[in-house]
Amino acid sequence: MSLLEGKAWKYGDNINTDIISPAAYMEFSIAEAAPHTMSPIDETFGKEYRPGDIFVAGHNLGSGSSRETAPLVLKELGVGVIIAKSYARIFYRNCINVGILTIECQETDKISKGDVLAVDYEQGIIFNKTTGEQYVAGPIPAHIAKLVAQGGLIPYLEHWQAAQQG
Amino acid sequence: MGMTMSEKILARAAKLSTVKAGQIVMAKVDKAMMDDLLGPRVEIADQMERLGAKIWDPERVIIISDHYTPPATAAQADIVKYTRDWSKAKGIKNYYEFIGPCHQIMIEKGHTLPGEVIVGTDSHSCSYGAVGAFATGIGSTEMLGVLMMGEIWLKVPETIRVKWKGQLAKGVMAKDLSLHTIKHIGHAGATYKTVEYVGAGIAALPMDERICIANMAVEMGAKAGLMEYDEVTAAYLKEIGVTASFTALKSDPNANFVADLEFDASTLVPQIACPHEVDNVTDIGNVKQKIEQAYLGSCTGGRYTDLKIAAEILKGRKVAEGIRLLVSAASASIYQQCLRDGIIADLAEAGAIILPATCGACLGLHSGTIGAGETCISATNRNFIGRMGSKKSFVYLGSPATVAASAITGEITDPREFL
Repeated sequence: MSLLEGKAWKYGDNINTDIISPAAYMEFSIAEAAPHTMSPIDETFGKEYRPGDIFVAGHNLGSGSSRETAPLVLKELGVGVIIAKSYARIFYRNCINVGILTIECQETDKISKGDVLAVDYEQGIIFNKTTGEQYVAGPIPAHIAKLVAQGGLIPYLEHWQAAQQG
Repeated sequence: MGMTMSEKILARAAKLSTVKAGQIVMAKVDKAMMDDLLGPRVEIADQMERLGAKIWDPERVIIISDHYTPPATAAQADIVKYTRDWSKAKGIKNYYEFIGPCHQIMIEKGHTLPGEVIVGTDSHSCSYGAVGAFATGIGSTEMLGVLMMGEIWLKVPETIRVKWKGQLAKGVMAKDLSLHTIKHIGHAGATYKTVEYVGAGIAALPMDERICIANMAVEMGAKAGLMEYDEVTAAYLKEIGVTASFTALKSDPNANFVADLEFDASTLVPQIACPHEVDNVTDIGNVKQKIEQAYLGSCTGGRYTDLKIAAEILKGRKVAEGIRLLVSAASASIYQQCLRDGIIADLAEAGAIILPATCGACLGLHSGTIGAGETCISATNRNFIGRMGSKKSFVYLGSPATVAASAITGEITDPREFL
């Protein structure tokens, strides 16, 4: 069993990619843009987020622009797992492709900023160590799990390329 | 059970006789579009270099520098140069720059055909559904996979069928129809799904207006926004000189739709999406709002029909004192046509500031960003917090006609008062 443990950063519904990765910073490198992640609604996130912390949101996370800079700045800051009630489809795919684990959970209202969470994504359970609660996480579809297991789309493409050349 | 248009197009692309919504398919990609903002410079070029990978078919790849053109900073200029140089080095013949937002360029240059599967690194790639292509936005790493393999895994989407009966009244536009649909479906109501627009209200619209509707399908979370190929599509493709063959596909009458919605275009009034969500839509009569800026442009609201009605409203009138009306045609060719027809003169004489064709202000990159406390009525597609500049600014979305009328009065105004 692999448990991912971290402190929650909690947001609500409709956190779009313009909020996660404001356009004004897109002409900079991912490293330069990362401190401005989420800045339209939370100036502290890009500066105080610590690798391993867990990003938690409500419905329709990552709506709007297809900008992959959104998952890339999150990844740059050390986001490895996201928990949300639902995702916009392009953002969801982008997260998987860059190697961020996206978990669906309908109970994120019960999570507060700073709660320590432990995620067992294989079993579909989220433990809230701060409150002692336990939440159900949606299963990860088989084709997605396969991609995640390989570490995202790039390793998959390397494998594909080797097969073509072999 | 018959198949929907989405199912038919994806079955063909996956070389399967039938597919059903929910099925995962590997679909062959007909065209892959990249822009300057999220194209080669984000992951794609570096990873291709590292992997020593080749593009599966450079003829099927179109690259368009549009977001950072004309560049406002040296950093933006570097990105455009990088995109241009990379395109050349990779043998991409279909490279365009400085001539307007990618989606209008894709369509008017004949790169989008009925029945095709098209992916683009911009979320509004769903625009190509207006000509009957299954088109969707993807991320940059996803595009890397397409460039290498020429295919992409897709979950065949369910379809919401939206019927618009009747015809729009004078001064009510496709943008209003689009916003009204989004209001009812909600900003995530079509996530993972196709929205297929049908009915007399759609059939009566010129291609310009159809593109505006398909363009905003993603604002409901949709994977695609589709319209059937018909005489209007055929005439449009002929007009732009398309000679390539294609297979137009339509939904069967007995196809499975997860929802059927019906609206009446003839009773629709101008719609406004209030800050900061695209589905926060109300009838224009409910909005009392002063503005500092009016923006007419983008892949959503900068086409010939849009500038023409704006000119009709503004001709012989003046933009209100202290208000700026910015106009950016959706392409250089639209701009040229508007010049020839006197539309640009009418707009400029009324006090409009004419900008080059660009994505610019729509997403707050340049050429019309707004400051703290400022409000803009915009013909663009998103009103998210900070979308056009300061996170303390406000964007209201309306039709091009509404933008023009509002520029005259300095507050959000029903364009029918001037028609």
